[in-house]
Amino acid sequence: MNRIRRLSKFTFISFACLALVGCVATPKGFLKPGENQLQKRQLQTRQYDTKNQEQIIASVAGVLQDIGFTIGESETEVGMVSASKSADATDGGQVAAAVIFDVLFGSNTTSQCDKNQVVKASVVTKASEDGSKTIVRVTFQRVVWNMSNQVSKVETIDDPEIYQKFFDGLSKAIFLEAQKI
Amino acid sequence: MRHIKISAVVFTLLVLSGCATTSNRAFQMDESQVMLRSMQTRAFDMTDKRKMMQTVISTMQDLDFVIDDADVTIGSVTGTKFINQAVVTMSVTVRPRGETQLLVRANAQVGVTVIKDPETYQDFFNTLGKSLFLTAQQVD
Repeated sequence: MNRIRRLSKFTFISFACLALVGCVATPKGFLKPGENQLQKRQLQTRQYDTKNQEQIIASVAGVLQDIGFTIGESETEVGMVSASKSADATDGGQVAAAVIFDVLFGSNTTSQCDKNQVVKASVVTKASEDGSKTIVRVTFQRVVWNMSNQVSKVETIDDPEIYQKFFDGLSKAIFLEAQKI
Repeated sequence: MRHIKISAVVFTLLVLSGCATTSNRAFQMDESQVMLRSMQTRAFDMTDKRKMMQTVISTMQDLDFVIDDADVTIGSVTGTKFINQAVVTMSVTVRPRGETQLLVRANAQVGVTVIKDPETYQDFFNTLGKSLFLTAQQVD
C-alpha cells in the first residue's frame, strides 16, 4: 500500500515537472548564424554596376509586379521593399496518392493535402563598401495551407532556381528602366 | 466526504479561471521588466542611424529573417523567421543615446512566447557587432 502511494506521488511529481517544463521550453540558439550562412547569402545576393539605388529599387518593385506580387511595405531610405503573393499549392501527385490511400483505408488524408500558399518576398538594396555598386538581396518565405484550411508548412525558400529567375527578371527590368520603357 | 470537498474546490477554481478575461494577458508585465530591457539593449559607439539600420537588416537577413517592415523615422526593423513549424518574429529599434552612441534594442517572440533568455539576445548582438566591427556595450 505504502509502495503504491509512493509510486503515485512520484508519478504526480514527474508529471507536474513535465507539464511545467513543457510550458517554458523555447528554442535556443536561433539567433546564431547558421553553417551555410555564406552560401545562402551568395544565393540571395547580386551586385549591379550602378550607384543609382533609386533606379534599382524601382526596378525591384517592377519585377515583383511582373511576377504577380503585391507590394506591401517599403522604406526607400534603407532600400527595403516587401511584397506577397497568394498562389495555388495543389500537387497532383500528393492529391492522387491521398485519394488512393483514402479509398483503400477509408481515411481522410485528402483534407491534409496542400491547397493554397502565400509567398512573401523582401528585397533590400544597399551601396557596396566602396559605394560604386548596388547590392541587392532578396529573401523568400512561404506559408502553405491544406484543404481543411490549416497551416501545413512554413519555410524559407532555398531553391537556387527561384532566386536565379528573380535576378534574371531584375536584370531585364533594370535595362528596361534605364531605357525608360 | 474529503473527495467531494476536493472536487468542489477544483471545480470552483476551474470556473473562476474560466471567467477571467484574456485580453489583459497581452499587456502583462512582470517584475523582471528592467532585466528584460537590459538583456535586449546594447549601446554602440556610432552615430549613423541609417547605417546601423542597414547593418541590422543585413544581420537579420543573415540569420534567415525575411524583413517585413522598416521605418527610418522611428528606427524600427521587423522580420519573421521560421524554425520547423514555429514562427519567430523579431523587431529591432535604433535610437540615439547622447551625442556619440546609438542604442539598439531587439525583442523576439517564438509563437506566443516572449524570449527572455539573455544568451539568445547576446547571440544576436555578437553577430551584429561582428558586422559593424564594433563591440556591443552592456547598458545598465
